[in-house]
Amino acid sequence: MPQIEVNGKSYETDEEGYLVNLADWNMDVANYIAKTENLNMTEQHWEVIDFLRKYYDEFQIAPAVRVLTKAIGKKLGPEKGNSQYLYELFPYGPGKQACKVAGLPKPTGCI
Amino acid sequence: MAAEITAPPYRVIPIIPSIKPGAMEGLKPFVASDKIQEALGFPGELVEDWEERAIAKMGELLKKYRSLKVYLDACVHCGACSDKCHYFIGTQDPKNMPVARQDLLRSVYRRYFTIPGKLFPKLVGARDLTREVLDEWYSYYHQCSECRRCSVFCPYGIDTAEVTMAAREILDSVGYGQKYANEIIGKVHKIGNNLGLPGPALTDTLEGLEEDVKEDTGIDIRFPLDVKGAEVLLITPSADFFAEPHIDSLVGYAKVFHAAGISWTLSSKASEGGNFGLFIGSYDQLRQIALRIREAALELGVKRIVVGECGHAWRVAYSFWNTLTGIGDGADPNDRFAIQLQKQLDQRYKQPSHICEVTWDLIQKQAITLDPEANDHYVVTFHDSCNVARASRMGDMPGGQFEIPRNIIRAAANKFVDMNEATIMEKTFCCGGGGGLLTDDLMDLRVKGALPRMEALKEVVEKDGVNFMAAICAICKTQFTKVLPYYGFNMRMIGGVHQLVSNAIRLGDK
Repeated sequence: MPQIEVNGKSYETDEEGYLVNLADWNMDVANYIAKTENLNMTEQHWEVIDFLRKYYDEFQIAPAVRVLTKAIGKKLGPEKGNSQYLYELFPYGPGKQACKVAGLPKPTGCI
Repeated sequence: MAAEITAPPYRVIPIIPSIKPGAMEGLKPFVASDKIQEALGFPGELVEDWEERAIAKMGELLKKYRSLKVYLDACVHCGACSDKCHYFIGTQDPKNMPVARQDLLRSVYRRYFTIPGKLFPKLVGARDLTREVLDEWYSYYHQCSECRRCSVFCPYGIDTAEVTMAAREILDSVGYGQKYANEIIGKVHKIGNNLGLPGPALTDTLEGLEEDVKEDTGIDIRFPLDVKGAEVLLITPSADFFAEPHIDSLVGYAKVFHAAGISWTLSSKASEGGNFGLFIGSYDQLRQIALRIREAALELGVKRIVVGECGHAWRVAYSFWNTLTGIGDGADPNDRFAIQLQKQLDQRYKQPSHICEVTWDLIQKQAITLDPEANDHYVVTFHDSCNVARASRMGDMPGGQFEIPRNIIRAAANKFVDMNEATIMEKTFCCGGGGGLLTDDLMDLRVKGALPRMEALKEVVEKDGVNFMAAICAICKTQFTKVLPYYGFNMRMIGGVHQLVSNAIRLGDK
């Protein structure tokens, strides 16, 4: 299994760099993964990450795109409650890229 | 005065790509881990005696599927298929010519199962099964989307997809499975759908959707889940609950049922239309996955089973559900549950029905009304999905699977044009992500394989101002969302047929 090393500690990931163990996640690891994705983490990014982790905690899956946009819209205003805003934050797709930074498993299927 | 002399219009000259040997050599999607493999009853890793077991498996498949033997024997290498594959066109790798890709397996078949191959292997192009050959299978049989376009042009009607499926089945049997497809099949068994969307998350998502639609339309449109006694059980790909633009078609189905007054339900047990058992060529998996739908239908007591916008789900439903599960005619008379289901279902309706058949029927009967002006901001074209186009039908006439979705689009939108006729209907090009290849580790292949469809799209974009390409397959929708930007198009150009219906349907006061 591939690993990443952050602050002298190593963490197991899958072939694409998604954390294998949910409990391994912390801010430093998230920042490290974000850097490998060429993301410049801002407060707006963390809002999304925070929501994803809370949702996952409750439902054991990342939220549907629409659930996510709605939640963000409620929190940050309707002009941000759309997938375009999320794609600006996470250009490779809010589903996959944001999940990766949030330390959640990669959603797969016909998506 | 003599008639004016004009030159005939320029034709579009088909361009046969030049060859780049080895262009895609060594491309290898992630291999399934032992955990993923073992959950499906396959060996966890490549077994020690893989050569022996692979040949034994091939022998077993040749006995079980007479078609496979015919396809391996019949090819005369005429080359009619060679430039018909989107992956060959996009990659220029000669091993992606369907004839050459099949020959990777055929050469081994000759060596072990034909007399000339056993005696004079070199003379008849027969090869030993070596580790290099096995790796080559893994690589190139994951560069085929089983779309069967090549088969349309084959004078012998060889179904190349069946050869790919056989190769993948052999690979699984020796512990060399693909991560993407096999991980997803595991999720279907464990959680009920490809995504791994558990019941509570599904409930939450559907409730949210009801709120959204109420906000948009002011009308209470329901998205029922596990409702016993509903008339219709809708089986749709789980991407319809999760992804964009898929979810807009789900809203469309719900509006159709609402407007027509048909009671319907989704099932948390069978919350997936897709059946990746088809992609890996495993009859066993195909059946197990299909049986969830029968269980759900029996439990819920529904009278009709309707399939949403999912290409290969419709192939499985239309072509195989009858013998696999008893949905439709032809169930095994000794299969008690199949017979029970046949009695339960209302045989005045086609079982199963495609959502497009349901919607078109309601439009014709004027049970629902569409206002096409609602889509006047779109110039629409239609991408025929491979499995619907070449492995199924809709309605009662040949070609119904081409006509019915187009009829719905014309009823829902005023501006519709078709793409180049060499790229639609039975000759449609695969989106480039079908057959278990819709995974990030194959993105390079996916982008390249989309080339012919993108070329045809570009033509109508420039000529007719097309700005919306409708499709009826979750894989097509996801694939295009990802690859359109590589070709300079907006990712939002792709959407569902029922997305257009959703925009146009009259609700409330008819």
